Amino acid sequence: MSGDTLLRTPLYDEHLAAKARMVPFTGYAMPVQYTGIVDEHQTVRNHAGLFDVSHMGELLIEGPQAVALVDGLVTNETRNLLDGQARYTLCCNDAGFPLDDLIVYRVRHDRVLVVCNASNRAKIVAHFQSKIGAQARVTDISDETALIAFQGPKAIGILREAGVDARIEELPAFHFLDTSLFNVDVTLSKTGYTGEDGVEIFCPPGEAARIWRSLLQIGAAHGVKPCGLGARNTLRLECKMALYGNEIDESISPLEAALAWAVKLDKGDFVGRDAIAAVKARGLSRKLVGFEVTDKAIVRDHWQVVDAEGQPVGLVTSGSPSPTLGKNIGLALVPVGLSELGTALRLRDPERGREASAVVVKTPFYKRKA
Amino acid sequence: MANVPDELLYSKDHEWARVTGRRVRVGITAHAVDQLGDVTLVGYEKAAKVGASLAAGAVFGQVESVKTVSDLYAPVSGVVVALNDAAVDAPESLNAGPYDAWLIELELAEGASVEGLMNASAYSAYLGSL
Repeated sequence: MSGDTLLRTPLYDEHLAAKARMVPFTGYAMPVQYTGIVDEHQTVRNHAGLFDVSHMGELLIEGPQAVALVDGLVTNETRNLLDGQARYTLCCNDAGFPLDDLIVYRVRHDRVLVVCNASNRAKIVAHFQSKIGAQARVTDISDETALIAFQGPKAIGILREAGVDARIEELPAFHFLDTSLFNVDVTLSKTGYTGEDGVEIFCPPGEAARIWRSLLQIGAAHGVKPCGLGARNTLRLECKMALYGNEIDESISPLEAALAWAVKLDKGDFVGRDAIAAVKARGLSRKLVGFEVTDKAIVRDHWQVVDAEGQPVGLVTSGSPSPTLGKNIGLALVPVGLSELGTALRLRDPERGREASAVVVKTPFYKRKA
Repeated sequence: MANVPDELLYSKDHEWARVTGRRVRVGITAHAVDQLGDVTLVGYEKAAKVGASLAAGAVFGQVESVKTVSDLYAPVSGVVVALNDAAVDAPESLNAGPYDAWLIELELAEGASVEGLMNASAYSAYLGSL
């Protein structure tokens, strides 16, 4: 395995032992699949799956002004969070373009945890440090933090079986609590990237493998399996959850990316606010839409949307088979004129010249039953 | 080690060839299927019609999984005798039996041969070198 120059998460040996296929991912050797992407996808939809997401970045912001300082760096409203509550948000540059998408956790009035993408960790740490300066302490705790996502309809029940206290059953989405799991102090957060019920488990790196193995052992009777980045992508795409580098980057306005719900222009000043307000005032020229492929073809990331003359007019940000729907789906940035539901799209593979027809459909593609 | 039947010939692109006289039936190997994962689509190039001539190395289609696309290459020069609609209709048949789910049948072109392909032991050695 060519993992020599790659970073390893605390669960690296578990992945090798489970014969995962390892791939380089933002500098880490990460499992892309164990048993197969479709099998892992169905496991999460029907049972529960374990994901190693220890590569994600974690920053701690501490000081009396921590909450207000973080709020000034993010697009969503985070000042009104209660202790133990979390929120999805974007973090933009002065020009109003996303540096990353984040989850902001209010631990206490003077302590905020920020989770960012592994690929943007250095950039976000630098951004927070430069904008916050001496007003609060910004600490990168990524290397001291392991993160395991346990996702699926059976996840909470299995955590109870594993001895987690009953509060987990009542914990609403985007809330978190400190508790004990297999006698390890952990933070359980009702967040995830799959569209299913479940938690993300923050734990010490030295305990991650034991928690991982124990959950697999207890979960085996419930169909629990380890899942890789492949299934993580198909699961998030069905729920139209944005992926940094695909739907989000420093060239796509959050409003174009259909993330206006995470941008609160009237909350008070924040980095990028004026620029985003200007985009809104001007009106959007392109929009992110969901599509279903109507030909027998799999449309993939970075295919082009082309007009009748074959000229590129838009971009497929994500495309993949949907294991739940049994269709081929995707998200595309298209001119506003092509964004209405039912609009026929012509999509082109720039590498092979293949073309496929698609139609704009309602999103999310999949939503779990309440 | 992947399953490598003795009676077939193999290419470095992880395709197998079953040679019967001048007819060559082609599919992808167990190793190729294993690398792909769940095969979800088999598609042929428009140029790969029955009766069309393909040069060795020409792309005649793609086999796709959830995550990846892999081109299919004519392992020898020849005329297309048949394409396998059953594989198109049931791409998962490649996972179930990679040496049964053939993808194209070629009639060797005049002067063409299968000499450039590996036998089972050479292909096994090649797999071991990867």
